Amino acid sequence: MIPEGFEYAAPATLNDALALLAEYGEDAKILAGGHSLIPMMKLRFASPTHLVDINNIPGLSYIKEEGGYLHIGAMTKEVELEESRIIRDKYHIFTDASKLIADPQVRNFGTIGGNIAHGDAANDHPAVMIALGAEVEITNSTGSRWVSIDEFFYGFYTTAVQQGEILTALRMPALNGKSGTSYHKLERKVGDYATAGVAVAITMNDDGTCKSAGIGLTNVNPLPLRAKRSEEALVGTRLTDEDILRAAQYAAEDCSPNDDLRGSEAFKRDMVKVITKRMIKKAISRA
Amino acid sequence: MHEIKFKVNGVEQIASVESRLLLVHLIRENLSMTGTHIGCDTSSCGACTVLIDGKSAKACTILAVQANGKDITTVEGLATAEGLHPIQEGFKEAHALQCGFCTPGMMLRAVELLEKNPNPTEEEIRWGISGNLCRCTGYNNIVKAIQYAGAKIRGEEVPSTEPEFV
Ligand SMILES: Cc1cc2nc3c(=O)[nH]c(=O)nc-3n(C[C@H](O)[C@H](O)[C@H](O)COP(=O)(O)OP(=O)(O)OC[C@H]3O[C@@H](n4cnc5c(N)ncnc54)[C@H](O)[C@@H]3O)c2cc1C
Ligand code: FES
Ligand code: FES
Repeated sequence: MIPEGFEYAAPATLNDALALLAEYGEDAKILAGGHSLIPMMKLRFASPTHLVDINNIPGLSYIKEEGGYLHIGAMTKEVELEESRIIRDKYHIFTDASKLIADPQVRNFGTIGGNIAHGDAANDHPAVMIALGAEVEITNSTGSRWVSIDEFFYGFYTTAVQQGEILTALRMPALNGKSGTSYHKLERKVGDYATAGVAVAITMNDDGTCKSAGIGLTNVNPLPLRAKRSEEALVGTRLTDEDILRAAQYAAEDCSPNDDLRGSEAFKRDMVKVITKRMIKKAISRA
Repeated sequence: MHEIKFKVNGVEQIASVESRLLLVHLIRENLSMTGTHIGCDTSSCGACTVLIDGKSAKACTILAVQANGKDITTVEGLATAEGLHPIQEGFKEAHALQCGFCTPGMMLRAVELLEKNPNPTEEEIRWGISGNLCRCTGYNNIVKAIQYAGAKIRGEEVPSTEPEFV
């Protein structure tokens, strides 16, 4: 399978990339890792007239804690998350997720920015970002702005990134004190997209009660979903089995999965419940 | 058309390519190196795996223009004048191939795996080759081949590679 013809450019600076995107207009697409885009172009689900490859732009790949945030550059590759010391030591949710995203070859190329900008509720990072309360940096020719992850996803393959704009970075509150995070998805085989996936971040107070909770769901809703009622059901509690079960039940009720080749709607709701329960417990055990 | 300059197995190459040409076609058709296979053509099977600057990559999911300035290794580049690469020797000794279709991709993936982690556990090997499908062997002897190559690279005595008949 061969994509339809297109023009290719690989600018060396962010400004050049923005200028090219402005010049080419709505049929131009950004090429990051290419591991969602190129398969779609081969199937002719996407036929951009121009590709702007942003791999030659320096400075878009980093993982660092600074000013109370964890900052991740848009072009940071999945494998770099997997191998990062700070991620391994502290942000276990990424280690959990990376291992379950595709396979080693895909992770050598796929970027976190592309994973989120793709705007697909089947991808795993959106739920992780929801759990962590992330913000997305979007850059255009006039400057940059930060958009909350809760306002980022508009619809299938559409996000707050507008024509002529580039997703440049992500930031999330640095984990401090008694915090624990976790991610798991049920998959039919290694590297498959999620049948159902759940991301959890929990912070506890000194007295053992729950200070804050973030819960994001993968591939069980048209858009990546924040399980709001579940989060609220945990905050302020002592996180007893009963509290956790109630939160898990709400997540199963509040998502809207489709019947498809990965399972029936009822099965997926059951799985959301089971995985939510387990991931809350895992996050607590890591806090 | 784009003029690109790159290396394949240490040899400088220059090619004039259309933007939409895939790397796997550049290698197989323009360079006539057919050791790199096309299995699924949908980024799933790993038969097309090559190394780009040492990183294992599915060449059916990379544009040829993206190879500009890069150093590519294909299965044809594994053996040297001194003989087989340890991974090739491992595959031979452990009977890790039957039809051989997955083998080039499997070996290149294993090369990067061992480069990063010369002493992987069995579980790490199995996760490490999770992007490569084999429809013949059942994987057990492939795992042994990679363990064999690891030992060889570490300079240790190679483990027994009695093939497993199950
Ligand atoms: C076999 C296989 C299995 C996979 N399994 C999983 C899985 O289990 N879970 C999962 O989450 N993903 C999976 N993926 C997808 C993979 O993780 C992709 O790499 C990822 O979704 C997209 O990242 P990318 O860098 O490759 O983006 P690209 O493919 O380059 O881009 C994707 C889209 O986002 C846009 N885009 C990219 N970067 C930016 C940016 N910085 N600013 C604005 N727009 C941008 C592009 O224009 C394009 O529309 C799989 C892919 C394959 C091939
Ligand atoms: S042919 Fe490239 S992954 Fe199957
Ligand atoms: S040996 Fe036949 S596919 Fe692996």
